[in-house]
Amino acid sequence: MKSVGKPLVRIDGRAKVTGEARYSYEVQVPGAAYAVLVTSGVARGRLVEIDTSAAEREPGVLAIITPRNAIRLPGKLHGEPPDRVVQALQDDRILFSNQPVAVAVADTLERATHAALLVRVRAEAEPPSIRVQDALDRAFPHDIVAGGRKQEPDSAHGDAARGMREADARIEQAYEVPPETHSPMEPHATIALWNAPDRVTLYDSSQWVFAVRNKIANAFAIPKENVHVMTKFVGGAFGCKGSPWSHVIIAALAAKQVGRPVKLVLTRQQMFGMVGGRPQTVQAVALGAKKDGQLAALRHESTSATSRFDVFVEAAALQARHIYACPNIETKHRVVRLDIGTPTFMRAPGESSGSFALESAMDELAHALALDPLALRLKNYAEIDPSEGKPFSSKSLRQCYTEGARRFGWDKRPAKPRSQTREGLLLGMGMATASYPANFSPASAVARMLPDGSAQVESGTIDLGTGTYTVMAQVAADALGLPYEKVRFDLGDSEMPEAPISAGSMTAASVGSAVLLTCGALREKLVQLAVADPASPLHGARTEEVRVEEGRLAAQGRSDTYADVVRRAGEKPIEVRSKAAPGEERKKYTNLAFGAQFAEVLVDPDLGSVRVSRMVGVFAPGRVLNARTARSQLMGGMVWGIGMALLEHSVYDEKLGRIMSRDLADYHVPGNADVGVVEPYFIEEQDEHVNPAGVKGVGELGLCGAAAAIANAVFNATGRRIRTLPITPDKLL
Amino acid sequence: MRQIAYQRAGSVDEAVQAAAQPEAAFLAGGTSLVDLMKLEVLNPARVVDVTRLDLSRIEPRADGIRLGATATNSAVAAHPEVKRRFPALSQALLSGASPQLRNVATVAGNLMQRTRCAYYRDLATRCNKRSPGAGCDAIEGWTRMHAILGGSEQCIALHPSDMCVALAALEATIHVRGQRGERDIPFGDFHLLPGDHPEREFALEPGELVTWVFVPATAAAARSRYVKVRDRISYAFALASCATALEVANGRIRVARMALGGVGTKPWRSLEAERMLVGATPRAETFRRAADVALRDARPRRDNAFKVELAKRTMIRALTLSAEGA
Repeated sequence: MKSVGKPLVRIDGRAKVTGEARYSYEVQVPGAAYAVLVTSGVARGRLVEIDTSAAEREPGVLAIITPRNAIRLPGKLHGEPPDRVVQALQDDRILFSNQPVAVAVADTLERATHAALLVRVRAEAEPPSIRVQDALDRAFPHDIVAGGRKQEPDSAHGDAARGMREADARIEQAYEVPPETHSPMEPHATIALWNAPDRVTLYDSSQWVFAVRNKIANAFAIPKENVHVMTKFVGGAFGCKGSPWSHVIIAALAAKQVGRPVKLVLTRQQMFGMVGGRPQTVQAVALGAKKDGQLAALRHESTSATSRFDVFVEAAALQARHIYACPNIETKHRVVRLDIGTPTFMRAPGESSGSFALESAMDELAHALALDPLALRLKNYAEIDPSEGKPFSSKSLRQCYTEGARRFGWDKRPAKPRSQTREGLLLGMGMATASYPANFSPASAVARMLPDGSAQVESGTIDLGTGTYTVMAQVAADALGLPYEKVRFDLGDSEMPEAPISAGSMTAASVGSAVLLTCGALREKLVQLAVADPASPLHGARTEEVRVEEGRLAAQGRSDTYADVVRRAGEKPIEVRSKAAPGEERKKYTNLAFGAQFAEVLVDPDLGSVRVSRMVGVFAPGRVLNARTARSQLMGGMVWGIGMALLEHSVYDEKLGRIMSRDLADYHVPGNADVGVVEPYFIEEQDEHVNPAGVKGVGELGLCGAAAAIANAVFNATGRRIRTLPITPDKLL
Repeated sequence: MRQIAYQRAGSVDEAVQAAAQPEAAFLAGGTSLVDLMKLEVLNPARVVDVTRLDLSRIEPRADGIRLGATATNSAVAAHPEVKRRFPALSQALLSGASPQLRNVATVAGNLMQRTRCAYYRDLATRCNKRSPGAGCDAIEGWTRMHAILGGSEQCIALHPSDMCVALAALEATIHVRGQRGERDIPFGDFHLLPGDHPEREFALEPGELVTWVFVPATAAAARSRYVKVRDRISYAFALASCATALEVANGRIRVARMALGGVGTKPWRSLEAERMLVGATPRAETFRRAADVALRDARPRRDNAFKVELAKRTMIRALTLSAEGA
């Protein structure tokens, strides 16, 4: 009985809906004090004075920690990307609005909250700069770190200028994606507990316990082994918990300074600016094509915002290097420094924002050539990677297009914009290509067979709410030849074998491969023990002829069980540690996941409101580990696409340099009413090159191309091309 | 810690007396007050809980309906007499907030709903409504969700309510009880324009308690409509909204009432536009002319110029729907 692929319900589902699951801030720590941050209202300047006297007089207050009295951190405050430069009350510079400038620590959350309010901050303010458009003359290239590897900011294949000159039709347009903020349900939270002067335990809402471990070890100059980090459940992250931000260090610092465990949670408002977001991008796309639609040139240049003190590059033009067959492709990435908190990867960083530009431009080209947008994409179907000349590890995009078009009813698309109505509303259909890198990073795991014949498998990875607990147990069960119920998978602990960041859609691929190989090795070891043991019925059998099913080892009509093997070997768990890592084989290929997005919108012709009535997405993500959780992730990505297309915007006050849409009433994400029928489908692939698990990842793919498909549908409905997201009613008046 | 006195009123008189003390606030559903207390925007020294008072009845009468002050938004919206005789009121309520909020938010609480101006809600910015005389960062700031009608140099904060727009068009009256007795306040007088004192928002004396709202029944009210345009389909404040009530006889408009939301510092009525409609035939050109008049004094800021045209179109849509039903 295979487990992999089945639509099993999430193991932790019941614990979560009943409240049994303990999220990081909910861990009970005896004697804990509460820390509340004071953040800057100024975006750029210098602290002049912090008056803490009123706050310090309040009952229950243990400390008001400011740059004046904070412990000097002996170590480094930042390491290699994706680690970020943070502000931990070490100096008086103010680099962005909402930067922590003090922390109030008290015996209750209420007292700490009130004390934080009483802290009076005086700052010298300078006018901030927060729009990419205002700083374009200072744009500079910077290496991209994406999917765990460095890439050049620019690429050139062929001669795009010549391609443009020789083209029959040209599209040259600028597109803009505004700054966005992840806004997971669970706010960032950290509990820090010093067990000894050089030994600390943290419960943190994180996508990567090892990054937290390393960051704390570096900052406090203590050995990594002395830092124990746990994250058992995460209530959404989407990238903003991938790098430990200022509050993590401040929690540990405050705990050290007051000599008590400290709990720190950000308010919703504090999550706007301090813990990253998708940076604003201004993207220029140039497409040149022959009359028949064959691309002659593709140029994609993206300029994105970063902070004064750190660099994050939104890799919006990366996908343009790989997805269409074009002899002349040029891409460029530039960044500009602004007075904002450092942006970070936000669900499908680069691919979501970049696909809005590129796939909108493809739609514009199709319209200019009077071609069907899907036919244009098929005309430029890349059988091999156009920039690198390499084959794809697997690619089923053609099937995605065909299947998607059929399920969606693409043949009913009105060819002429603004030509079809339904109940007084303008109806439009749009589509876009989705692509996302099939990332794979080194990961390790441990697997133990217990005397009762059940298995324990661990890796220090994270379940972001995506189903890691569940799918890893499925992988382990099949690899061991055990029923799914006999496997317990645990995660979220820095004392477990090391795993990569749970981001870049690579947990299933990376940790899944590690679990697969580790459990395969454990099975091998147990089989060997059996055949070598004179007391085993399998004694003397050849290992390769032993089959394992449901925990029963069988060969030549004889059989043994895991439980008996372990018992005879001394009643102690039999353990194997192993890992998976990308090898040379993978480098021979371009490793990408693909999909096709289709959207139908209804637009009020007078009032400009857009409703996404239907979305169909067909995706080819390699092997599907769990049909239910994979579908949920793809659906979540598509729904996110509705938000990206129509709603999401971190709105800055340009004078104050401050995000003003700073709660979930002003920062809009889709509600149920905004989501019509959303249908994700798979084309499953057998891919032996991409990674041992054969998985490409589904966490981000569902968002890629989604905003463009909707924007293209809006064009089809209204004849209006909106090149700046989000598409709000005012833009369609 | 700041001490907040909490008092559960046992009678209307007790509530009025308790709230006449300095820095007191009535607490009903708490969806606005408690939110703003958490943000430290409102800091009452005394909270007078009126939820146990017998003020939640919805009483249909021959000449209209009386809505108890603490009747929930959900209860009013779902009431069959409200749906039948005042459809715009039900539609407006259902277009606001979320079911969870509507289940606790009350009639009087909605009347007293504070602006959603992001600056008002953020202590790091200057706000004349929050701290009189401090200045206003909104006027030169992010103004997409700010008023284009009724603003002053001190304040352009938008009135956020949907219910109030419907009640303005339906010409409700607000019954209040204070230390000096009871009185009725015409709906149009209840909310104050910001002028030089944006901190003064309601025509209420200290301690005065809203006890009910009376909505008069008319032929026009029975065919009233509410249209709301917003960024998100649910749980979003209006970019523009309009409540209309028309009575059409023999192809001519006999009665016209309307109010705009999402554009004013209070629910916005244009009596001039209403007068223009009376006697006219209900058709698109007529509605457009009335809409032009209603928005004539609009003063848009950097980010909200679109509201002028959007409000007009919203009004035309609501008038068209009302006329179709009339």
